Amino acid sequence: MTAPIEQTVSNAASYTPTSPVVINCDIDKIYYGDFLAVRKSVVPIEKNKITGFIGPSGCGKSTVLRSLNRMNDLISVFRLEGQVTYHGQNIYARNVDPVVVRRYIGMVFQQPNPFSMSIYDNVAFGLRLNRFKGNMDERVQKALEGAALWKEVKDKLKNSGLSLSGGQQQRLCIARAIATEPDVLLMDEPCSALDPIATRQVEELMLELKEHYTLALVTHNMQQAMRVADNTCFFGVDISQGGRTGYLVEMGKTKQVFEDPQAQLTKEYVAGEFS
Amino acid sequence: MASNPFQQAVSAGSVTKPPSRGDYSSDTLFRSVAYGSAFLIIILMAYILWEIGGQALPAMQKYGFGFITGIGWNPGKEEFGILPEIWGTLYSSLLALLIGGVFGISIAIFLTQDFIEARLAVVFRTIVELLAAIPSVVYGLWGIYILIPALRPIANFLHEHLGFIPFFGSELSGPGMAPAALVLAIMILPTVAAISVDAFRRIPYKVKEAAFGMGTTRWEAILKVMLPTASSGILAALVLGFGRALGETMALAMLIGNVDQISLSIFSPANTLASLLASNFPEAGTLEVQSLMYAAMALLVITLLVNVAGLAIQQYTVRKFEGKK
Amino acid sequence: MSTTNPPLSSATTLVKDYNLQRQPLEYRAMKSIFLTGMTWAMAILASVPLFSVIYMLVIKGGTRINWETLTALPPAGFEMGGGFGNAIIGTLVMVVIASAISVPFGTLAAVYLGVFDPNSRTATLSRFLAKTLTGFPSILAGVFVYSILVIKFGYSALAGGISLAVLMLPTVVLAAEEAMRQVPQRMKDAAYGMGCTRSQVIWKVVLPTGMPGILTGVMLAVAGAAGESAPLLFTALFSNYYISEVMEPTASLSILIYNFSAMPFDNQIELAWTASLVLVLIVLIFNILARLLGRAKV
Repeated sequence: MTAPIEQTVSNAASYTPTSPVVINCDIDKIYYGDFLAVRKSVVPIEKNKITGFIGPSGCGKSTVLRSLNRMNDLISVFRLEGQVTYHGQNIYARNVDPVVVRRYIGMVFQQPNPFSMSIYDNVAFGLRLNRFKGNMDERVQKALEGAALWKEVKDKLKNSGLSLSGGQQQRLCIARAIATEPDVLLMDEPCSALDPIATRQVEELMLELKEHYTLALVTHNMQQAMRVADNTCFFGVDISQGGRTGYLVEMGKTKQVFEDPQAQLTKEYVAGEFS
Repeated sequence: MASNPFQQAVSAGSVTKPPSRGDYSSDTLFRSVAYGSAFLIIILMAYILWEIGGQALPAMQKYGFGFITGIGWNPGKEEFGILPEIWGTLYSSLLALLIGGVFGISIAIFLTQDFIEARLAVVFRTIVELLAAIPSVVYGLWGIYILIPALRPIANFLHEHLGFIPFFGSELSGPGMAPAALVLAIMILPTVAAISVDAFRRIPYKVKEAAFGMGTTRWEAILKVMLPTASSGILAALVLGFGRALGETMALAMLIGNVDQISLSIFSPANTLASLLASNFPEAGTLEVQSLMYAAMALLVITLLVNVAGLAIQQYTVRKFEGKK
Repeated sequence: MSTTNPPLSSATTLVKDYNLQRQPLEYRAMKSIFLTGMTWAMAILASVPLFSVIYMLVIKGGTRINWETLTALPPAGFEMGGGFGNAIIGTLVMVVIASAISVPFGTLAAVYLGVFDPNSRTATLSRFLAKTLTGFPSILAGVFVYSILVIKFGYSALAGGISLAVLMLPTVVLAAEEAMRQVPQRMKDAAYGMGCTRSQVIWKVVLPTGMPGILTGVMLAVAGAAGESAPLLFTALFSNYYISEVMEPTASLSILIYNFSAMPFDNQIELAWTASLVLVLIVLIFNILARLLGRAKV
């Protein structure tokens, strides 16, 4: 007989943080309308670390990531039961404005999405949005340097952001996100639309960024998680009730999850038995 | 300002902060104004119906339904009937639809079924769009001085030799149904063509593949497969084109002759609701104005019904193909 | 070599023969060629009125294009000379009034329809009515404005402008909504991700990015409005003088053409052709602007 969907979190799924926790994501259920997309998952995001989310397609890793900055609110049928605590505040509390949350928790998306404005204006967008009155040029340069893009674009800041190559556009999006120096950076498969060289550049960038920011990364590429993530969360798909419900199977230090997985499902996934 | 628990978390150099109160109030204001503008469109439509209906009410109460079936427009005797105008409006639009519809659909086929290369198709598309851009009065002027003289010999030939057919039953002395319907056809052709092109473009490629895969000639594919598949979209094009023709005023006022009679002959002068309004309004006294408002109401109701029907058919088509794609 | 082949079996005799060569005289092919010929003929025939109109405009109207015609006032019955300067100004003034009303109003409505709440009941109904209004008889717009404005305040350029605004509005709304929908969702996502309020997403990203499409719609609406005549009969009427204030009647190119075309004087008829040429040129310029703006680099 198959276990009911409301099962308790397995041992493998709990993780004891060793650094301060910036976001404590404690999800009971996530619904899209009547469809249960994600069930009980507890994901602590630690400061100045890269937390990787891996798992097969449909496991809810992107959904969980996007719940961390309330991006899922844009989908009208989305409903989250549980809480996501950011510096002690539940960001899903009634009196919290998602717009405020997103100013502190930035996001880089799967498809590079610079605005159709100049490179300069793209990076300055966040600065202007937050009514920055200081030296704009200096901050733009700093952000572009932080995204390892300055040298390539410093002579063509007036060109449209869309005129850059895919990898450069993605780095521009990262520059845009870090220009205001938010607290946390969420990255939803940032390299999946990029070629291997650009991917490598973005991965190196992530390792530099974690010194100043806290990162959470969704990736469908296990090797990327192994290279870059400090902690890894493996999400699986529960089909026992007929639908496809995602849930956190196991979380731990990356090394441990890949070399000594606790759950059977994790063992099979990292061995490449399914993807 | 209320303390912001998130602010403590960011580094000293951070620039992020929540939106200001000004940002929030302008957000609320902007969203209300945008909603209000969209809602005002609904109000506008209601207001138009209310206003014209209200102005027509006195005449409607006085003349009742006899207005619709009466013949003759006589301000002096206070006798008003719009049956000839309703006839003229429907007959001219129908003729225009027959001609403009056939041409419009054939141009749509021409543009979408690989008869010419893409660049030439753009040229033709531009020609069709320019046809739509020419103002109604200019067509009227052209119709009076170019089309009618050109039409006269043909018309009189047809009348002399085929005059027993009611359609050719009279002479073309000047303005009349035929030149008006022809110009109207030219004016609605772009509408029919554009919507039909849209209808053809919606057909999934695999339908075309299937047809050619069975070994049909290009025309067999078009007539037996593409046209039937696009049929609801083409129907929408025809209905909307008809609606456009019903509402057209100036070219008709200049070309149809403004004579209150009902005749099957396409060469005799006639009148339409719109031209009645255009010609009589400037000099009308109060009672005549009220009767004209009644006529306006009739025109409004007819065109709204046709346009709403056409739109409904068009939306049905879109939904049908969204499923197939 | 024989071109006949022995039949393989009774099951294959549906396909008549194995001759794969083109056979132009065969019935199916002939029908095809005939229909193609007809289609070409119809396409060319449909172009004839356009070329005829343009040709006539240039021939009959081109001769009177000079400074006097473009600036002088309309001539009375038996007068010679004269022009339609006041009509040009009148048309432009009313088009400006119409744009000043329909563009902000229409763009704001489009913002709601295209971005804020596209699927709400208000949006669905509003969009449907806007589409219905695109086919609205222009004369009824004049009748409408007559009854709400002219009866109380008299004939005026303002009333004329308002009636043109009613006709421009649906085009502006639908074109602007489409332009804003075309802005890629990922750009809107990026703006939301940066913590923009909904209005900020519109002002900072959607409107600037969709501007070429919106302007195209506006230019096309303006081109249509400049050529309108029926509503002006009920609102702006006509005038033989230059406009001095918006609350009085004014001349317009379209009404001038309408009036002069029926007059039995050669002078007036010539001027009608010239005015038509000028009007078509104005309409063409806006159409070309619409095309150019639509192609602007996003």
